[in-house]
Amino acid sequence: MSEKRVKQTAVRLLAAAVLMFGFGYALIPLYNVICDVTGINGKSSSLQEAADPAVSEIDDSRLVTVEFLGTPNSELPWEFYPIVNSVEVHPGAVTDIYYHARNLADKRVTGQAVPSVVPGQAARHFEKIECFCFTQQTLEPGEVKAMLVQFRVDPKIDPTIKRVTLSYTFYALDEGGDVKVPVGQAVDMDHGAHAHRPAV
Amino acid sequence: MSTTATTAEAEHHHGPAKGIARWLFATNHKDIGTMYLWTALSMFFLGGAFAMVFRAELFQPGLQLLEPEWFNRMFTMHGLVMVFGAIMPAWVGFANWQIPLMVGAPDMAMPRMNLLSFWLLPAALLMLVSSFFMEGGAPAFGWTFYAPLSTTFAPDTTDFFIFGVHLLGISSIMGAINVIATIVNLRAPGMTLMKMPLFVWTWLITAFLLIAVMPVLAGVVTMMLTDRNFGTAFFDASGGGDPLMFQHIFWFFGHPEVYIMILPSFGVVSEILPTFSRKPLFGYASMVYATGAIGFLSFIVWGHHMFATGMPLAGELYFMYATMLIAVPTGVKVFNWVATMWRGSMTFETPMLFAIAFVFLFTIGGLTGLMMAMGPADMQYHSTYFIVAHFHYVLVPGAVFALMAGVYYWLPKWCGNMYDERLGKIHFWISAISVNVLFFPMHFVGLAGMPRRVPDYPLQFADFNAIISIGGFVYGASQLLFVYIVIKAIRGGEPATDRVWEGAKGLEWEMPSPAPFHTHTTPPHVD
Repeated sequence: MSEKRVKQTAVRLLAAAVLMFGFGYALIPLYNVICDVTGINGKSSSLQEAADPAVSEIDDSRLVTVEFLGTPNSELPWEFYPIVNSVEVHPGAVTDIYYHARNLADKRVTGQAVPSVVPGQAARHFEKIECFCFTQQTLEPGEVKAMLVQFRVDPKIDPTIKRVTLSYTFYALDEGGDVKVPVGQAVDMDHGAHAHRPAV
Repeated sequence: MSTTATTAEAEHHHGPAKGIARWLFATNHKDIGTMYLWTALSMFFLGGAFAMVFRAELFQPGLQLLEPEWFNRMFTMHGLVMVFGAIMPAWVGFANWQIPLMVGAPDMAMPRMNLLSFWLLPAALLMLVSSFFMEGGAPAFGWTFYAPLSTTFAPDTTDFFIFGVHLLGISSIMGAINVIATIVNLRAPGMTLMKMPLFVWTWLITAFLLIAVMPVLAGVVTMMLTDRNFGTAFFDASGGGDPLMFQHIFWFFGHPEVYIMILPSFGVVSEILPTFSRKPLFGYASMVYATGAIGFLSFIVWGHHMFATGMPLAGELYFMYATMLIAVPTGVKVFNWVATMWRGSMTFETPMLFAIAFVFLFTIGGLTGLMMAMGPADMQYHSTYFIVAHFHYVLVPGAVFALMAGVYYWLPKWCGNMYDERLGKIHFWISAISVNVLFFPMHFVGLAGMPRRVPDYPLQFADFNAIISIGGFVYGASQLLFVYIVIKAIRGGEPATDRVWEGAKGLEWEMPSPAPFHTHTTPPHVD
């Protein structure tokens, strides 16, 4: 009698533990959905998709400063930076800017840029119409390329936001099109040796 | 106790098995509890030894004893060993010894699973510590093992850490299932939930927290494992993941985890204060509800560990207010403890001294927690020694003092002899003074901007750091006295009476001292 009840309790609790293990994994899509819906944290889904190019109303009454950043990941042998550091735009106006990229390696390299917008509240209102981050980019050895970003700041952006920063990190892709996991340097200063973890 | 109702099985097992087999194959809750407690004590000294090493390095500015990498290993392993090897197993040891005695059960509900959960623990700790002797070395990324430091940039030995955490998680989950199954199913007739001793209540809620968050910890280290070895990119931005996601998942485990370490302390203190005040606990029901409220709130405040990550304002405000809310049930507890002592006929035996020091010093740690709960202020405190001071105040004069209080309180019941009261008081006073010399100045250097986890510091922090280190050495050394007192009591001393303490109430004090191998074989009746 009591043994049966104990078993029942144990099975239920074990099921709860298994569910919570799954919940740990479910947290990832949950966070992403929350970021998508609220547009916080610069992780709006619109960052990866082209916005509707249809003409929108231009708000001439105010200006927003848009700053640009570009960082090549340590695995990507490229020069990569914005040609202009910042522009002032009227919300609603479509603007073109270019990033400079040059392949420093003596072989063909493909990369993928990942964008991020701060402050988080602005991410939802920063619309990219055309962007080099929509597709993978391949550069021949020594090739130089000016990469276009065509964007528009949504007039519905919070009027207290005067400055928006668009930042790209450019990652190297390996042959198969998968992102190459950076080879970690083992944190092993006392031996002075760098044990390399095999890339997978 | 009457033995007429013993079952046939019990007649085969009148006493413990002989020799090492008693411990290797122990299914008796008292034996398993004892093994947990000794394991925890030895890990307390191992983790303490790591702390002594890095406090020696921090005694002076500059690098004298340790390479920075070894410094990182020392503080990382100090944290991991103390949290997972010392405090958590110590509370499980208390649960094993006390819960069956206090609810009137003959043993834990699942004795063989109990044995398995214990033996996973030394295996896990061995895996964790063994990485010291391998190429790449022990974990050096802090006990919070943030990605990408623990994924992309960590040595191969990190996989040992990951599997060690898996084993610890399984051990804790099984232990928690056992505790709940015991409390839910094996209470003596008449012991309704609201008649349970508060230590049992706090452990019941702790066990639910364990079942809810240890699997999440197991999940996060599994993600690390696959990120490191199998090409997933949960925490790797180059593969579409997000390193900040690690912190969100980790702290979803990490915040309830701190309550897992402190809730049983609340329970022990709520047992000891009434005994030595010779008054019933003030506000029993509100204590139970406050414990439940703290358990619930622990799940919705994790973001306060991440104020400085660039969280949106709305998130920051939410986590700030939710965190401040925890002060309400905690305040209820502190007021109840003080009200329990109010106008009681108090005496100050060693357990009482530790319990009173707990109330006083834990509250200091709680108040600094409230300071850090304020998002804007936390920008200043974040990752400084102020944080270190805060969580050591709640864990050392908090959880560890409650453990000490509990050992002195129940040791006569466990081994049948009184400990040396004079030595116990000496141990208390040295500990209470040195622990403040150790942790109080950390508030000052922290507010002045000294960052944590750095082996060197600017000259202006030199005097305070020397004081902190001296406090640390004295506190560490004084714990050897504790071991001496415990061993001395086990080997002999004034025999304890059954009730042990004049004001003690509860089923465990109805048993003889020392508690016989089998207790409550016929369930007692509680009115």
